[in-house]
Amino acid sequence: MTSPGKTEVTQGNPASTPDEQGIASSEATAPALRHLLDIDSLSQADVTAILDSAEGMLEVLGRDVKKTPALRGKTIVTVFFENSTRTRISFEEAGKILGADVINVSVSASSVSKGESLYNTALTLQAMQVDALVMRHPHSGAPHFVARHVNAPVVNAGDGMHAHPTQALLDLFTLRQKLGDLNGKRITIVGDVLYSRVARSDILALTMMGAEVIVCGPPTLLPVGWKPGKSPAEYGYEDVKIIGDVDEAVTGADAVMTLRIQRERQDAGHLPDMREYSNRYGINRRRLALAKPGAPLMHPGPMNEGVEISSEVAHGAQSVVEQQVRNGVAVRMAVLYMLCSRGKEQ
Amino acid sequence: MTSNRTVIRNGRVIDPAQGIDRVADVLFSNGRIDEITGAPLATIPEGHSVIDASGLVVAPGFIDLHTHLRDPGYEWKETLESGTRAAARGGFTTVCAMPNTDPCQDNAAIIEDVIRRAERDAIVRVLLIGAITRGRHGKTLAPMGEMADAGVIGFSDDGDPVEDSNVMRQALGYSSSLGLPIINHAEERSLVRGGVMNEGHVATRLGLPGAPASAEAVMIARDLELAALTGGKLHVPHVSTAASVELVRAAKARGIDVTAEVTPHHLTLSDAWVYGMHGEVPDVISPTAYDTNTKVNPPLRSRADIEAVIAALVDGTIDVIATDHAPHAATDKVCTFNEAAHGINVLETAFAQVMQLVHAGTISLPDLIARLTSRPAEILGKQTGSLVKGSAADIVLLDPGVAWTVSAQDFVSLSRNTPLDGVTLKGRVSATLFGGRVVWDARATTAGVLS
Amino acid sequence: MAESIERVVLTPDEIRRALARISHEILERNAGDHGLILVGIQTRGVYIARRLAANIEQFEGFAPPVGSLDPRLYRDDPEQASVHPVRPTSIPVSLEDRPVVLVDDVLFTGRTVRAALNALSDFGRASRIQFAALVDRGHRELPIRPDFVGKNIPTAHDERVHVKLTEVDEIDQVDLVRLSPVGAGA
Repeated sequence: MTSPGKTEVTQGNPASTPDEQGIASSEATAPALRHLLDIDSLSQADVTAILDSAEGMLEVLGRDVKKTPALRGKTIVTVFFENSTRTRISFEEAGKILGADVINVSVSASSVSKGESLYNTALTLQAMQVDALVMRHPHSGAPHFVARHVNAPVVNAGDGMHAHPTQALLDLFTLRQKLGDLNGKRITIVGDVLYSRVARSDILALTMMGAEVIVCGPPTLLPVGWKPGKSPAEYGYEDVKIIGDVDEAVTGADAVMTLRIQRERQDAGHLPDMREYSNRYGINRRRLALAKPGAPLMHPGPMNEGVEISSEVAHGAQSVVEQQVRNGVAVRMAVLYMLCSRGKEQ
Repeated sequence: MTSNRTVIRNGRVIDPAQGIDRVADVLFSNGRIDEITGAPLATIPEGHSVIDASGLVVAPGFIDLHTHLRDPGYEWKETLESGTRAAARGGFTTVCAMPNTDPCQDNAAIIEDVIRRAERDAIVRVLLIGAITRGRHGKTLAPMGEMADAGVIGFSDDGDPVEDSNVMRQALGYSSSLGLPIINHAEERSLVRGGVMNEGHVATRLGLPGAPASAEAVMIARDLELAALTGGKLHVPHVSTAASVELVRAAKARGIDVTAEVTPHHLTLSDAWVYGMHGEVPDVISPTAYDTNTKVNPPLRSRADIEAVIAALVDGTIDVIATDHAPHAATDKVCTFNEAAHGINVLETAFAQVMQLVHAGTISLPDLIARLTSRPAEILGKQTGSLVKGSAADIVLLDPGVAWTVSAQDFVSLSRNTPLDGVTLKGRVSATLFGGRVVWDARATTAGVLS
Repeated sequence: MAESIERVVLTPDEIRRALARISHEILERNAGDHGLILVGIQTRGVYIARRLAANIEQFEGFAPPVGSLDPRLYRDDPEQASVHPVRPTSIPVSLEDRPVVLVDDVLFTGRTVRAALNALSDFGRASRIQFAALVDRGHRELPIRPDFVGKNIPTAHDERVHVKLTEVDEIDQVDLVRLSPVGAGA
C-alpha cells in the first residue's frame, strides 16, 4: 500500500499546493495523459497516482452529500456501441459526483443505427465541444481511431477483445486494499482469456505492479501459442505463466479472478457445453480452498452463477465482487478528474 | 513524345528472357525493338532521338498478373485510366485486371466492353481475367470458352474462394482445354471466422480477431490435389505463408501444373505493421495503431512467413511478383480495423518495395526483374516481358539506388491506401515506355531529359 | 526550477511558541465550548491541527476531535489542482451546530480556504468556522482573513514559504525560499 509518506518523498513538498506558493509544481506526479486507451500508456507511478486519488474519491463516494464541483461545467459524453449497464452507470455516477454533466449516447438512440460512420459520430461530438468521451465499442481499436480525430480526452470503456483499462485499475485498487503491495503476489486468472479485454488489461496492470500472473483456461479459449509450460513472454506478455490444470493454477494463489464465459463460445465450438466448463474450470468452494486462506475472489461481472463461479463462493466471505463495483466508481472518478481537469493547457 | 527512331544510351540493359546484362544501347523504332547493341555505340545512329540512361537500368516493362482496376462499378476508387497511369508510374506496361467489378466480368459481352474501353482509356496494356463462376458466386461455371475467345488470360473469382470442391474440380478440368490458369483465392473461410488479421501475438496484443495462417494452406492443399486430378493449370495468387510455400514446392516436385505469385507487401511487411509504427513493435499501443491501410487479404503475416516466401521466391517455388493492387477510397479505410476494406494500393511503390530484397543481397537484380517480366510472360504465354528484336518497345528505366519518400498524396492512383506513406524506400522507376511512347517520366519535372 | 533558501523565518522553538499561543487564543475565543472541532487541510494543516489539539488537551484537559480535509475537488483551478492525488477527507464527528477551526500551514491567496469552506459545508452546518494558519504570507486574492496567525511574513511573489514539520520532514522549521528566474513559472 502506498502511504502518503511515500508519495511525499516523490513530491518533495506536497503541502505546498500551487495555490499557496503561486507557481505550478515542476514535479507533477499525475500522468501527463491525454487519453486512457489502455494500461500500457501508464507508468507504475501513474497507476499509483490514480489509485491514490481513488482513495480520496472512495471517501467522497461514501459521503451523505455525494457531489463536488470539481468538474462543474464540464460535459462528459458516454458513447456505448455495445450494451453495458454496469460500466456506463459507473462512469455516469463518477462524472456526476464530480459535478460534470454526463450525457449518455447509446447505439439504438443515436444516428449510429442510421448508418452514420464512427468518423462522423466522432466529428459531431467534437463539434459539440464535449470535454471527455467515454467510449465502448465492439471493435478493438475503435477508441484509438476516435482519439486520432478528436481533441477531447477519450476514455476506453472497453474495445472489442483489446482493453478495458478502468476495469484493470479497479481490480488493482481492490487487490491493493486486500493484499497491499502486489509485488511478488500470485494472481490467478481463470477462463476465456482469448476473447477477454479484461484479462488483457489486467495482465498488463498486474505484471506492471510486480505480480506473478497465472493464466488458466480451456486451450481453445487461450490466445494462440499460450500453452502450459510455455512462457508468453515471447508473445509480449512477461511474467505470465500458463497452467493447464485449474486446481494447480489456483493452489497457493493470493487472489483468484474468474472471467465471464459467454454462451456464444459454446455456439462457436470453443466448448462442448457450459456444464462441462463449469465442472472443469468453474470456481467453487473446493477450488477456492486451494488458494491462500482468505484469498479474495474477483469477477468483472456480470456473473453467470453456477457456470464460471458457484453461487456459494460468488456471495461468500472471500468474494470482493461488490467491492469491485464500488471501487469502480472511485477509480473512474480519479480517471475522469485526471483527464478532464487538465483544462486547456494543451 | 519520341520520334520514330530512338536510342536509349548507356544504360545497364537487363533482359532476363535473353540472358542479357550489360551496358549497351537499346534501339527501337515504330514502337518495336530493333536491337540491343553489344556495347554502347561510339556515335548516335543517324536519325535517332536519344534517351540518356547513363547510370540507370534498362529493362522490359513489368507485367502484373494481379491488379484491381475497379472499372466498371467503382470508378471513385480507380478507373482504367487512373489505374494504368499508376501502373506506368510503377514501371508496369501490362496489368491483368481482376473481374470483381460491377457488373462482374463473367461473360464475353462485358469482357469485350472493358477491352474496348481500355483501348480508349488505358495508357498501358490491360489484360483481363474472367470470373470462374457466374456472378463469382461459386455455384455454376461462367462461360469460360466464350471469355477465352474474347481474350481473357485466366479465370478467378478474385477475393472469393471457390468453396465447393466439385465446382473447383470442374473449373480446373474445363479450363485445361483452354490452356488458361485457374486463379483461386486460397482461403478456407470456416477457419477465418471473422478474423481480420493474421492470428499471432500481434493480434493477441491488439485484441483483433485472428485468421490462422493454415486457412490459406488448407485451401491450397485442396486446389493442388484437384489440379493433379484434372491436369488443369493452377495459379496460386498472393502466397503468404510458410506452409503454403511447402505445399507448392512439393506439388511442383510432383509435376503438378502450378505457378505461384507473391505480393510486394507479403515479401516485406510483417503483421507488426498493424501497430501503425512502420513495422516497429511499440511499448505502447498508440492512437495511430490499428492502421487500416495494413488490412489486406491474405493478411500481413509473421516474420517467419516472410522469410519463407522470400526463400521460395529466390528458389523459384514462387514464380512471380504480382501486386494485388487494391485501391480503396478513404471512406473504406477511415473507420475501425474490423470495418475497413481489405487491400493495399501497391502499383506505385511495388518496385521500390521489392528492391529491398536486392539491397539486402537476397536476390539479384536480374532475377528480381525476371520475376516481374519474363516469368509472368511465360505464365501468360504472351510475347511480352522481353526486349527481343521485334517485340513491343515496353521498356522501364530504373534507378535502383535512389532513395525517395512515399507520399500517398502524390499517387496518380485515385486512391491513397498505402501503409508506406512517409516511408523512405530505395529504388525508383525513372521512366516507362509503352510501345515506344513515354507513359511515365519521373525526371520530366526536373531535367526534362525525355521530352 | 532552481530555488535557494533566503532565510529561516521560524525556528523549532518559535513554531512551538506560536502554536501554543494559537491554542490559547482558540480556547479564549471558544470559551468553554467542548463541542469544538479542528479540521486540518491536507497535508501539513492536519499535523498542525493535531498539535493544536494536543496543546488544548494539555491546557484544558479535553482533546477536541481532529479532522482532515482535502479541498482539491472544490478548487477553482483544477488544471493545477490535479497535480497531486486527491486524499480522503475525514471528519470524525458531525459538524452540525459545532464550532470548527480550519487549520493550514500557509495562508496565501485564500483560494484553498475558500475551497475548504465549500467542502466543509457538504459535511454539515457548523455553528461557526474560524481559520488558523501558521504563516500568513499575504497576497490575498479573496476577502479572507485568518482568525489565528502564527506569524505574518511579508513576501514577494517569486518567493515561497516552506513549512517543514517533524511528522514528515527532518525538522520543524519554516524557510523563505527564492525561486531563480529560470524555469517554468505559473
